[in-house]
Amino acid sequence: MGDLQVLKQPKKYDAVIVGSGAGGGMAAYVLAHAGLKVCLLEAGPMFDPKIDSNQLKNPWESPRRGASTKFRPFGDFDGCYWGWEIDGEPYTHVGDTKWEWWRARMLGGRTNHWGRISLRFGPLDFKRKSIDGLGDDWPIGYEDVKPYYDKIDRMLGVFGTNEGLFNDPDGIFLPPPKPRLHELFIKRAGKNVGVPVIPSRLSILTKQINKERGACFFCAQCGRSCKVYGDFSSSSCLVIPALKTGNVDLVTNAMAREVLTDRDGLATGISYINKENMQEYQVSGRTVILAASACESARLLMNSKSTRHPNGLANSSDVVGRYLHDSTGADMGGIIPELFDRKRYNEDGVGGMHVYSPWWLDNKKLDFPRGYHIEYGGGFGMPLYGFNWGIENLNGAYKIKGQQKEAGGYGASLKEDYRYFFGAHVGMAGRGEAIARRESLCEIDPNVVDKYGIPVLRFNTSYTDYEINQAKHMKETFSEILHSMGAVVTWGGDDGKENNYGLHAPGNIIHEAGTVRMGNDPKNSPLNKWSQAHDCKNLFCVDGGPFVSQADKNITWTILALSMRTSEYIVDELKKQNI
Amino acid sequence: MDRRKSIKTLVIGGISIGAIAEACKLHENSPVPPTSAEKEAVVSGLNRMKEEIAHLKNVDSEPAFFSPEEMATITILGDIIIPRDAVSGSASDAKVPDFMEFIVKDKPELQTPLQGGLRWLDLQCLTRYSNPFKACDLKQQMEMVDEIAWPKKAKPEMSQGVAFFNLMRNLVATGFYTSEIGVKDVGYIGNVPNQWNGVPEDVLRQYNLAYSEKELKECVSFS
Repeated sequence: MGDLQVLKQPKKYDAVIVGSGAGGGMAAYVLAHAGLKVCLLEAGPMFDPKIDSNQLKNPWESPRRGASTKFRPFGDFDGCYWGWEIDGEPYTHVGDTKWEWWRARMLGGRTNHWGRISLRFGPLDFKRKSIDGLGDDWPIGYEDVKPYYDKIDRMLGVFGTNEGLFNDPDGIFLPPPKPRLHELFIKRAGKNVGVPVIPSRLSILTKQINKERGACFFCAQCGRSCKVYGDFSSSSCLVIPALKTGNVDLVTNAMAREVLTDRDGLATGISYINKENMQEYQVSGRTVILAASACESARLLMNSKSTRHPNGLANSSDVVGRYLHDSTGADMGGIIPELFDRKRYNEDGVGGMHVYSPWWLDNKKLDFPRGYHIEYGGGFGMPLYGFNWGIENLNGAYKIKGQQKEAGGYGASLKEDYRYFFGAHVGMAGRGEAIARRESLCEIDPNVVDKYGIPVLRFNTSYTDYEINQAKHMKETFSEILHSMGAVVTWGGDDGKENNYGLHAPGNIIHEAGTVRMGNDPKNSPLNKWSQAHDCKNLFCVDGGPFVSQADKNITWTILALSMRTSEYIVDELKKQNI
Repeated sequence: MDRRKSIKTLVIGGISIGAIAEACKLHENSPVPPTSAEKEAVVSGLNRMKEEIAHLKNVDSEPAFFSPEEMATITILGDIIIPRDAVSGSASDAKVPDFMEFIVKDKPELQTPLQGGLRWLDLQCLTRYSNPFKACDLKQQMEMVDEIAWPKKAKPEMSQGVAFFNLMRNLVATGFYTSEIGVKDVGYIGNVPNQWNGVPEDVLRQYNLAYSEKELKECVSFS
């Protein structure tokens, strides 16, 4: 370390963007197409789905048959590098609190891990405090974001149907795929028990929308990333097109250390470490745009202390890191005896559910204030590691081809059982809105640094009865739907009060938001309504950080819309020389 | 349908066919720098980041975990669990023992239950038949397996053997049904470019289901 020095990039950019996921990718795209010079920092390696996707590989092409590893928690074919833990990059917790932190390290960031579920927030979702008195209203409303939802629907593509639901707004949709067999069972059951089941809204191209991207060919593997760019990923749809403008310098394996500021307290750039050679760099820009994920962006701000910003950058409110919340989640699965011994055909479909249930009830009549939606799965899936694991719990419980068998066993009879049960499983998952609370937070751990010497995050989050009661309601609904479709619950049916009704630990649903929230009052919000720091006018945050609340909708589509809105604002403000 | 043929003959979108073929080559026309995992990806067939490659190299360089005797027992048990039948081959035909050897190195938490379970089995056989499992005759082997293969009716003193056999059954089945032979056996016929047109008519009729007019109007269909 005798010759440790900091290399300063001589080029001054119009913007330095930290993170290449949905928020950073969109910012790079908008700024580059407006002719601005952009430096895009990504903490992981290059990834181009056209070249790097594991799409259409067979299970035997993985020596572990698609089993998960710490490198790929969702399996060996999954498109996302890293997940719950990264070698050399720890995070800590206060006491026995839980926060499961997903970190993608690659071009495209967390858009390499998501179900392509692309839901608009509705008018009510921006004004929850006015409805139930909890949390805060956003400083903007649906009418502010709608034009951007419309633009990204057209630009990136999303299938769905216009249903005229007030809080699940219509969009500009491509045609959805027809429901699969188990999804028709779900629809019928939904009708019986009063749960709406409508076409899902996924960012997958059921029709081609431009020359650069192909149409979906129904392999069900969006999770591996798509070689023809048939689904939305920040790499394929935003960053790679932005690179083609010639206005973006992409630096991969660049781990941001802090935001640099000058004597006036304005942002001047980013210092980062090159993870390949451990060399320290500084890059300067007229604006700095954070899009490193809600928690990483908060971490960067809190680690950027200076005389002008003694509590960390953009943190005079002491709100950075607070209001951290994830979607709630609880799940249940079963088996449909009517589907035993099914006729075989290819029902892969798109990489996700073809139908879903938007929130359908009035929370005023319930013991929890916010809603949830239901995601569904099932059918013939590619056999992977764990295929029909636990068959000994199944094959003694049902008559197989008219014959009652003893549980367990072996031999030709067992092989018959595997064939008999294939494609009869169904699963459902509730994804709900948690309340963003000031005391649920991440902060800098005073004692721990990562392998790059950067102080790490310490989490201190919790759930309240609101989220627990919501999980209980999810379970009751799932049980009702499964029962109505003639299914037998095989997992997730034993949860109760003792384990919060199977409510997943916060963070587990991988929708972190709220840590750098927007608001009109600089005393309780780091950002204004343009996602611009109150304390530092040339600093912006465009990931999940600015979210005041996150609705019962997956947040990616709103991250994209808000990032586009902020990016257009930045272009405008730079032109006017306001920043 | 043969995969190669299906890619060639199906028209899916404007650029997809070219893109799939192109994806097999390296970054010739790409405006972006090559990935660090790329060279290795060509070798291993799967895209891997460098930390994964290092892990795989570690696993590959380890000496064999199972002894030749243990592997022989695994092979016999595997073929008892998944034998050749009228539809398909056996666990050993599908090279399940090789998969077992790899997976215990990749998931070390499997090592003790499997190795210990194999020893438990041999000791039982030694007491009963004065031979380790693999040296017992077929009748003795099946007698022993029947003691541990039926969780609900097994004797309480066999519980460790039942747990071991459950693990073997699940692992052998995983290895088998994720092999080319097994995927064909169970009848998974996806993983090919195609056009999803909905549930086949005869299947809809079988379950007394039909698409609604709304669905037929709104959903994408292909002729």
